[in-house]
Amino acid sequence: MEKDQVPQDKKIIHGEDNSLVKVLYVTDKNGKYGTTQYTGWEAENLALSQAWDDIDEKIEITRQRVLKGELSPIAYYMEKSLMDLPTLAKYVGLWKFRVKRHLRPSIFKKLSDNIIQRYAGVFNISPDDLKHSRIVP
Amino acid sequence: MIIDNFKHQQSAHCESGVTLSLLNHYGLPALTEPLVFGIGAGLFFGHLPFVKVNGVPGTTFRIWPGYIFKRVCSELGVKMQVQSFSRPEKGMAALDEALQRQQPVGMQSSVYFLNYFPPAWRFHFNAHNLIAYGKDGNEYLISDPVMESITRIPSDELQKARFAKGFPAPNGKMYFPVQTGKGHSIETAIQNGMKKTCFFMLKSPPPFFGHHGIRFLGKKVAAYPQKLEPRKAALFLGNIIRMQEEIGTGGGGFRFLYAAFLQEAATILNRPDLQELSQEMTVIGDTWRNFAYAAARVMKDRTGNLSTYQELGGMLGNLADLEKDFFTRLKKTL
Repeated sequence: MEKDQVPQDKKIIHGEDNSLVKVLYVTDKNGKYGTTQYTGWEAENLALSQAWDDIDEKIEITRQRVLKGELSPIAYYMEKSLMDLPTLAKYVGLWKFRVKRHLRPSIFKKLSDNIIQRYAGVFNISPDDLKHSRIVP
Repeated sequence: MIIDNFKHQQSAHCESGVTLSLLNHYGLPALTEPLVFGIGAGLFFGHLPFVKVNGVPGTTFRIWPGYIFKRVCSELGVKMQVQSFSRPEKGMAALDEALQRQQPVGMQSSVYFLNYFPPAWRFHFNAHNLIAYGKDGNEYLISDPVMESITRIPSDELQKARFAKGFPAPNGKMYFPVQTGKGHSIETAIQNGMKKTCFFMLKSPPPFFGHHGIRFLGKKVAAYPQKLEPRKAALFLGNIIRMQEEIGTGGGGFRFLYAAFLQEAATILNRPDLQELSQEMTVIGDTWRNFAYAAARVMKDRTGNLSTYQELGGMLGNLADLEKDFFTRLKKTL
């Protein structure tokens, strides 16, 4: 790609500019390679914003299910922290099957303060909010 | 303390960039990012439909993390001290000690905890590399090769990033050169790097890797509308584009970076034929860009139209042919 063909499309995600000025390897008029900076390209911006649309939708669906009492708030905060079950299990230092059980509201209610605290620490929220199933955005 | 003579340089790719900055600082000033990438045999292709990240099959345009770094060091006779830690406190103490000795340190970390990235970039990507070159009070001075300028992060955040969990867990991995070699010729290193890349692209086991992998992905893409709902198909396509363009590749899935390497190799080895091959690699990079552009349009459309996906599959088939032919000829010249 030649230097003067480099796109400079801003990455707008969640209504905010998320551009990161990156280095691109390009040729000059004589075909000699050098670097140039660019803010983004329509194609990659679209791909990233689509990925976020998908994540946002997953978070919203999970939020609704938590409000309906089908899932524990841990499920919501897990999605919100962009984690999946194996990652969350590693962070809290529990077996996967235990974390999976904690996603059930009936089992979540019986969790000890210690466990709640560990989850809250990972999600970076107050243990009290988690315990009382408050959904903090 | 601050290591005054450390020079931050922005690079396209984090691993090549960190390797470059560290080696530059420790007395190998003649290196450039394309040379590091080429000697490290960074160019690759792989598509693993069964390795899913957030439900999306993995595609890569580069060799596995850590390989470039390792290879460049062994080719140029650089001895690195590489450490990882089971306890965060020990890992942070070791970092402080190295900085105290005026040694810039490379570290593996998770992007999720690095607050200087724009919010939309902060995923649980645990194979990012950055350099610490000083400490001021409770803050570390950071040179992140993909960022335009230097930055600072508080100690507790750096600790979180270095000791992130998940796959691959960085375990506080840190590294710095302890001895730079003598008597290793850059010419041989370049030759060996090219040989290795030819081997990876041509001889990797089908169907997932090398030129086979590109063709394999092409077949998969062509069949997306029949196998997946339109949304999912669009998401899968989007991931290919992101791997190719967004994640610090220097454009065209590292192909432009490789073309720049071939051009520098042509001068160093005094081989004009590599200059021509570099131009061909540029064309291949442009073809990848065209693919990404076409894929983005299909993705935006979201109708799951069979013929458009088949066209994309055809483009990938063509790219597989181009790269197979290219590396076969490059191999013959070595």
